[in-house]
Amino acid sequence: MKPLLKVSNVSRDFIKSLDLVAKFLNRLGQDHREEIVHAVDDVSFEVFNGEVVGIVGESGCGKSTLGKMVAGILPPTAGQVHFDSANKSEGATPDDLKTQMIFQDPFSSLNPRKKVIDILTEAPVHHGLIKASEKREFALDMLNRVGLDSSALGRYPHQFSGGQRQRIGIARALAVSPELLVCDESIAALDVSIQAQVLNLFVKLKQDYDLTYLFISHDIGVIEHISDRVIVMYLGRIVETAPIEAFVKQPNHPYTKALLEGVPRLEIGHRNYEPVSGEIPSPLDPPTGCHFHPRCKHSSERCKAVRPALVEITPDHFSACHLNDSE
Amino acid sequence: MAPILDVRNLQTHFFTKGGVLKAVDGVSFEIGAGEIVGLVGESGSGKSITGFSILGLVDAPGRIVGGEILFKGKDLKTLPVAEMQKMRGSSIAMIFQDPMMTLNPVLRIETQMIEAIQTHDSSVSKDEARQRSRDALGLVGISSPEERMRAYPHQFSGGMRQRVSIAIAMLNRPDLIIADEPTTALDVTIQGQVIHEMQKLCKKTKTALLWITHDLAVVAGISSRICVMYAGRIVEQGPNEALIGSPMHPYTNGLLGSVPSQNRRGEPLQQIEGIVPSLLDLPPGCAFENRCSHAVDACSQSAPDEMVMADQRILRCFNRVGQDQT
Amino acid sequence: MAKETAKAQPQSYPSSGWRKFWADYSESPLAVVALLVFGAILFIAIFAPFVSPTNPYDLATVDIMNSRLAPGSEDFAGNVYLLGTDGAGRDMLSSIFYGLRVSLGVGAFSGLIALIVGAILGLSAAYFGGRYETFVMRVVDIQLSFPSILMALVILAIFGKGVEKTIIALILVQWAYYARAARASALVEKNKEYVEAAKCLALGDRRIILNHITPNCMAPLIVVGTLQTAHAISLEATLSFLGLGLPITEPSLGLLIGNGFEFMYTGDYWISIFPGIALLITIVSINLVGDQLRDMFNPRLQR
Repeated sequence: MKPLLKVSNVSRDFIKSLDLVAKFLNRLGQDHREEIVHAVDDVSFEVFNGEVVGIVGESGCGKSTLGKMVAGILPPTAGQVHFDSANKSEGATPDDLKTQMIFQDPFSSLNPRKKVIDILTEAPVHHGLIKASEKREFALDMLNRVGLDSSALGRYPHQFSGGQRQRIGIARALAVSPELLVCDESIAALDVSIQAQVLNLFVKLKQDYDLTYLFISHDIGVIEHISDRVIVMYLGRIVETAPIEAFVKQPNHPYTKALLEGVPRLEIGHRNYEPVSGEIPSPLDPPTGCHFHPRCKHSSERCKAVRPALVEITPDHFSACHLNDSE
Repeated sequence: MAPILDVRNLQTHFFTKGGVLKAVDGVSFEIGAGEIVGLVGESGSGKSITGFSILGLVDAPGRIVGGEILFKGKDLKTLPVAEMQKMRGSSIAMIFQDPMMTLNPVLRIETQMIEAIQTHDSSVSKDEARQRSRDALGLVGISSPEERMRAYPHQFSGGMRQRVSIAIAMLNRPDLIIADEPTTALDVTIQGQVIHEMQKLCKKTKTALLWITHDLAVVAGISSRICVMYAGRIVEQGPNEALIGSPMHPYTNGLLGSVPSQNRRGEPLQQIEGIVPSLLDLPPGCAFENRCSHAVDACSQSAPDEMVMADQRILRCFNRVGQDQT
Repeated sequence: MAKETAKAQPQSYPSSGWRKFWADYSESPLAVVALLVFGAILFIAIFAPFVSPTNPYDLATVDIMNSRLAPGSEDFAGNVYLLGTDGAGRDMLSSIFYGLRVSLGVGAFSGLIALIVGAILGLSAAYFGGRYETFVMRVVDIQLSFPSILMALVILAIFGKGVEKTIIALILVQWAYYARAARASALVEKNKEYVEAAKCLALGDRRIILNHITPNCMAPLIVVGTLQTAHAISLEATLSFLGLGLPITEPSLGLLIGNGFEFMYTGDYWISIFPGIALLITIVSINLVGDQLRDMFNPRLQR
C-alpha cells in the first residue's frame, strides 16, 4: 500500500549568516562561523491513509518545524516531502490544499479583522471550490461540523473563547476538504476540560471525513490517547518510532523511557520523582554522536562518537540506539 | 497543631469598567507546617488571584473585600504595608510561572540573591550572603554554583532559571512558599527535575507549599491535600487519594474524566459541555449549573455553601456524584 | 454534540465596534475636548467661505484705511474686527480661517500621500525581506537621520517654491516615518499564525499582503498619521514663515505669522500672535487626539 505522506531524509537548517563586519574580520584572520541550527536533521518516515501518527518531543526537538514542512509552509533545506493523494478524481481539491494545518495559538490563528463567515469561505471561493452565492450555506455546514451554530457567522474572533476559536480554525481547514491534517500543539493552549472537547472532536471528524492526522504534541497523555503510531524526536532527530502498544508497553530508547517515566500521571498518585539528569542541550551546539548521550545512564564511548541509525528492532518498531546493536 | 496559613472566606473583587468581577468569592482552606497543598483550577477560576491576595500583590482595579488571611495567627490583610513587605521574601515567598518575573535581566544572579538576603536582614555581611546563596543554588541542584552565580539570567535555560527562582524563594528560609504554575512552562523531563527538587526541599526544611496549577496530575504526585476551584470558589477539597479516587463534585469528576489516560484509549474522553460563565455575569445559583450533568432544581436557585463531609473533605454541592439522584 | 453560542457579553460595556471605540476613547476627558476642538477647526477649515465674517482675499472688500486696527476695534463702516486687521486691512479672524484651510489641506494631503507611499514600501519590505528590505530600510534610516526642516529646505532649494513643490517636499520628508511604522507592524503580523494559515490555504502573496496583513497594520499607521499630520502642518508653517513654502496668494498660518512678524516691533502684536495661537491650538489638539489613539491601541496598557 502506498503511503499518503512520505518524508525522505528531510532536514531544515536555520542559518544566521555573517554580516559585513564579521566577513571583514574573517579576512583579517579571525574565525567567525555562521551559526547553524539543525532544527530537523535527516528525518524519514511514512504516514498511511487513515492513520493518526503522533509526534512527541520536548523543546528544540524540531517537531513544529517538521510539521510546517509537511504542511508546505516552510521548505526543507534537504530531502523531500512527497504527498500522494488517495483521491485523485476530477473535481477534488487541488493537491496543494490537501494538507492543512491546525495551529496552536487560538488567539493569533484567526485574522482578527475578518468575520467568521469570511474566514471560513475565503479559500474555497478563491480556489473556485464554491460560488460566492453559496457562502452562507457552506459556512453554516462547516460550523455545524465542529459544533458551532449560525450565531457565529457574523462575529469576530475576539468574541469567542479559546476552545471555540480552535473549532473555527478546524472548520477553516475542513472547508477545503483536506486529506491530511497536521495538528501542531492544537490543544496545548486550552484548558483541560476544553482539551477533552476538542480532542473528542478530532476523533469524530476523523471518522466522519476519513482524515489522516499528524498529531504533534509535547503532552504524552494526549499522544497516547489518540495515536495509532508514535514518533519520538530529540534535538532534530527521530529516536524511536513504534505502534502505540509497543510505545506504551515496550519503549526501547532510553529517552523514550525517561519521557514515559517522568510524566506526572493521575493513576500513580503520590510518588517520589526520579528524573533524568541534565538539561536539554542547545540546538546551536548539540552533543556529538548520539544527541542524548550526556544524559543517558547507559552511554558508552561509541555513543559519543557515532550517530546511531534508526533500526527496526521488532516489526514496525524502530529505534536509534547503540544498545540495540549487540542483538 | 495550628496551621501555618488559614484562609477564611477570602473575597477579592475587581472593579472594572464592565462591572464587578468576583475573581475570588469565598475561598477557605488551611495549610499545616511542612504540608504541600494543591490548588487546582482552569483559567478564570481565581487560583492565581488567591495566591496574589495572600501576598498582598493585588493591584487596582482589584482589592480584597472580605475574609481573613491568618498567617501564623496574624491577619495579613490588616498588616501595614511596611510589615507586609518585610514578610514577603522572608516568611512567605512566591515562585511564578515565568521565572523572568522573579529575575532581573540586567543583574547577575549573585547580585539579586545577595540583595534578597540583605534586604531582609541588614546585619548579614556580603560574604556571608554569598555563601548562603551558593548553598541555596547547590540545594536546588545547580552544579558549580560559584561560577554560575556570576552569570546573567539570559545565560541560563528555562529550567535552570526556574530553579534559581526556587533557590531565591528558599534563601530566607520561609515558612510558606506559594508556587503559581511553577512547572507549567517547562519540558517534561525538566518538570520532573524541578518537582523532585521541590519535594526534597520541602521535606528537608519543613516548608509549607501551596502549589497552584491547572494540572491535576502534577499535584496528584506530590500534594497531601487538593482544593479544586471553579469560578472563584473552592468546590471541593480533601486528601489527595480520596479526592482523586472518589470525587464528590461533578466538576472534579469531569476534570478527572477529561484527562487522557492509557486505560481508556479509543473511547471518547468524558467532556464537560459548555464553557465557563463570564465572571462579570455569574448566575444566582451554582456557577457550574449550566454545565453540570447532575444539576437539580435547587442548583439554579442559590449557590451551595460549604459542607464538611467525612474524612476531612469539604464540598459545595447540592447533588454530589455518587449520591442517590432524585 | 452540544452546540455552543458565542460567549455571553456583559451588557454594560460594549465589546466591539464604534461603541467600544468611543467608550475607550472617552476615558480621557482631555482627549474628548481635543477632539471637539479639532472638529471645530476642521469645520471652520472646510466651510471657511461660509463661516468667515469677510473674505480677506476679495480685494473689493479690503480697504487699506482699515489697516492695523487693534483687536475689538471698529472701522468707519461699523464692522467690528474681533482680532484686529493686518497691514493691508484684512480681517485677522477671516485670514486665520482661510489660513487654517490651507494649512490643514496641505498637511492632510501630503500626509495621506506619504502614508500610502510609506505603507506600500514598508509592508512590502517586511513581507519580502532579503536585500530589498535591507535597501529600503537603509534609505529610511538615512532619511530619518536628517532633520526634516533641513531636508525640506534642500528639496525646495532644488525644485523651487510653489504649492505643488511644497507638497512634494512634505511627502518626501514624511514617508519614512510611515514606512518604518508599517514595516514594524507588518513584521509582527507576518509571523502570526493566521498568515501561516493563509499560506497553507494557498491564497497567494498578493492576497495575503492586501487582505490579511495590511488591515491589521492600519492601527499604528493611523496613530502615526495623526501625529505626523501635526508635524507636517508645523513644518509647512516653518517653511512658509521663512518665505520658502507657499506663495502669498494662498497664505497658510505660517505665512501669516511670517508676514506679521515685522509688525511685532511696532507693537501690533495681533497680526503675528493670533495666527500663531491658532496654529498652536490646531497642533496641540491633533497631538492629543493622536496620543489617546496610541494609548488605546497599545496592548500593554489595556486592562
